[in-house]
Amino acid sequence: MELLIILIICAVAAALSLIPLGKRFAPVVTLLASLVVFALAILAALANLRGGEVVAVRDWISCDSLSALILLLAAFVGLAAAIFSWGYINAIVGAGDDRKIRRYYSRFNLFLLSLLAIPLFSNVAIVWIAVELTTLFAVFLVSFESTPQALEAAWKFIVLTGMGAALALFGILLLYWGLSLAHHPGAFTWAHLVAAAPQMPSTLRNTAFLFILIGFGAKVGLVPLHTWIPEAYSQAPSPICTLLSGIETSAVLYCILRLLPLFPSGAASRAGLWFIVFGLISTGVAAFLMLKTKDFKRLFAFSTVEHMGIIMVGAGLGTFAAHFGAMLQIVAHSLTKSLCFFAAGSTLMATGTRNIPAIRGLIRISPLAGIFLMVGGLAIAGAPPFAVFLGEFAILKSGVASGQYLVIGLLALFIGVAFFSIMYQINQMVFGSPDVILIDEQSLFGRSTLPRRNILPWTCIAALVVTVIPVIVLGVYLPDQLYLLLHNAAAVLGGSR
Amino acid sequence: MSDPNLLLSFLTKLNALTGGVFLLVAFGLVAIRQMLTCLRLYVFQSLLLAISALILGYFYGSIHLFIVAGLTIIAKVLLIPWLLRHTVGYESYAKREISQAINIPASLLIALAITVFAYYIAVPMLAAAGAGRFAWVNLPIGLACLILGAFAVTVRREAVPQLLGILAMENGAFLAGVAIAPNLPLFAELAAAFDVLIIALVMGLLTMKIHRTLGKTAVGELIALKED
Repeated sequence: MELLIILIICAVAAALSLIPLGKRFAPVVTLLASLVVFALAILAALANLRGGEVVAVRDWISCDSLSALILLLAAFVGLAAAIFSWGYINAIVGAGDDRKIRRYYSRFNLFLLSLLAIPLFSNVAIVWIAVELTTLFAVFLVSFESTPQALEAAWKFIVLTGMGAALALFGILLLYWGLSLAHHPGAFTWAHLVAAAPQMPSTLRNTAFLFILIGFGAKVGLVPLHTWIPEAYSQAPSPICTLLSGIETSAVLYCILRLLPLFPSGAASRAGLWFIVFGLISTGVAAFLMLKTKDFKRLFAFSTVEHMGIIMVGAGLGTFAAHFGAMLQIVAHSLTKSLCFFAAGSTLMATGTRNIPAIRGLIRISPLAGIFLMVGGLAIAGAPPFAVFLGEFAILKSGVASGQYLVIGLLALFIGVAFFSIMYQINQMVFGSPDVILIDEQSLFGRSTLPRRNILPWTCIAALVVTVIPVIVLGVYLPDQLYLLLHNAAAVLGGSR
Repeated sequence: MSDPNLLLSFLTKLNALTGGVFLLVAFGLVAIRQMLTCLRLYVFQSLLLAISALILGYFYGSIHLFIVAGLTIIAKVLLIPWLLRHTVGYESYAKREISQAINIPASLLIALAITVFAYYIAVPMLAAAGAGRFAWVNLPIGLACLILGAFAVTVRREAVPQLLGILAMENGAFLAGVAIAPNLPLFAELAAAFDVLIIALVMGLLTMKIHRTLGKTAVGELIALKED
């Protein structure tokens, strides 16, 4: 029942946000809605731990451990983004434009609705539609600032992911064909697909897998199809980047991971090999691109590509331990990347530019933004006391245990390069004498000089604190319930022990 | 028409004709420069998709495919052209696309290679599945149109042909779909039709915004965002 209410609340909040009742109304509605959604997601996850799969509508809306994990993450990041949006959107829209604020929150709620729908629906055809809707609802959020660059980013975003969606649709229709050929009586759900997989013709299954991998891979940001990610992430407002990077990529990756149990287990499975190849290419290319980029939001965008690659490699290794590492990495990446984009948004508010070489001594310009950017940078790069380190370490360790030395060697090398790239760039920004060299076309919000006061809105600080706590805590302590959820989610992927 | 074999042979040939014209239209979307013609071609292609669904529906006696055909006509033949004409604005259609990334003869040759490639992928699947005669026409042609659409999106530089390329990709997927997945849940079909409408609406609105902000819709020339 919780599951249905979650969907209804988001839809209602989207409608309510449009009512013109002062500039506080839409943010408050969104905040309350996402708070309730988060509470319900926790309830759903707990119910899942107690009694297995939670079913709201049989064969349509249900949630097993893997989807409960994604749901919980989506609800948490949605909540944090709603908090951050309050101060951030007020700052960039300015006082007068209520209509723009209402439209933002309405689209925000619709986008969150489509993101939550991906794990909630178990019917594969509907999941495809939810994935497609995430693109369509996000387009005008990406182009929110209506600059030529933002429009260009939005266009690239919709064209590339639209192409991907059509390719994935073909793959999904092939899967449906396979299901009917296997004479399996069940509906078109993930669970029935897994049950019917051994009877499917293998060429059909492999072709369907490749189409879905490439199609959804465009949304996840796997390397040949990653080009929209830096454009969209650099132009979208920071809370939207958080949703795009923290949840959208993970949720679509979840759809790809769902196909893994269709293949006979073991590292030699065909699907696992594709995962590793795409994963390594993505990680490697992104790690080197991070060194070159001159825009800190693009830096974090490439870091998303890198982390998706790491998760793909973990999922492709095929052992249970590696799958557990991949799950841990999904959680760690979502939380940490949220923190990073909130810190990037705060930096943007403090300095008015996205240009890395233009910013020096951020820690003196805006101490809070500087500290959080440093913590976020260290955490996402994989420094030891943080959650990402645990996830990466778990994947590397399981790979060594299963004897895949070449893959692990390359992965470790790329992670090392990425660590160096991120820290090099962020050190440049955070330390040094305070100075912002504005390059006119890169400046934002029409500012030409540094503002006198660099005090972040309290909601932005609250969002930073809300996300930094789990990033640090999960690095040293994993609560039992979360461990069990991760464990069960990894078991859904069906790796060999 | 009393002889069932005659009927089957007639329907098969009719479907093959529909499929052939469908593929031809996909070639047109790759090569034709007039944007209004491209839009008309897309509408014609959607109509062919509906006809193929009707033929299959008649043969299998499936009400479900008739509904799919009806949805296709309402959404793609009637609503989408109306939406696109109203959101994008007439001036975007009136002109010709001057520059393409690859010239027309070369892109037609590549399109031909794509079609052969589609058959190369589709035939092993059809053989393994022991597919019926309709799937032998619809699956490879649908797949070819899917990849041709993707090719059109990459080589065309104007917003409208790129948009139509994506919509044509969906048409291709659905042409294969009516043959291989004829009994997809009705709710999914409804949602898919709705989804295609929103794609057209969103991309149309975005095209209009781009036109208004930049004064042109040559999205291939947008290169402000890149690594330097």
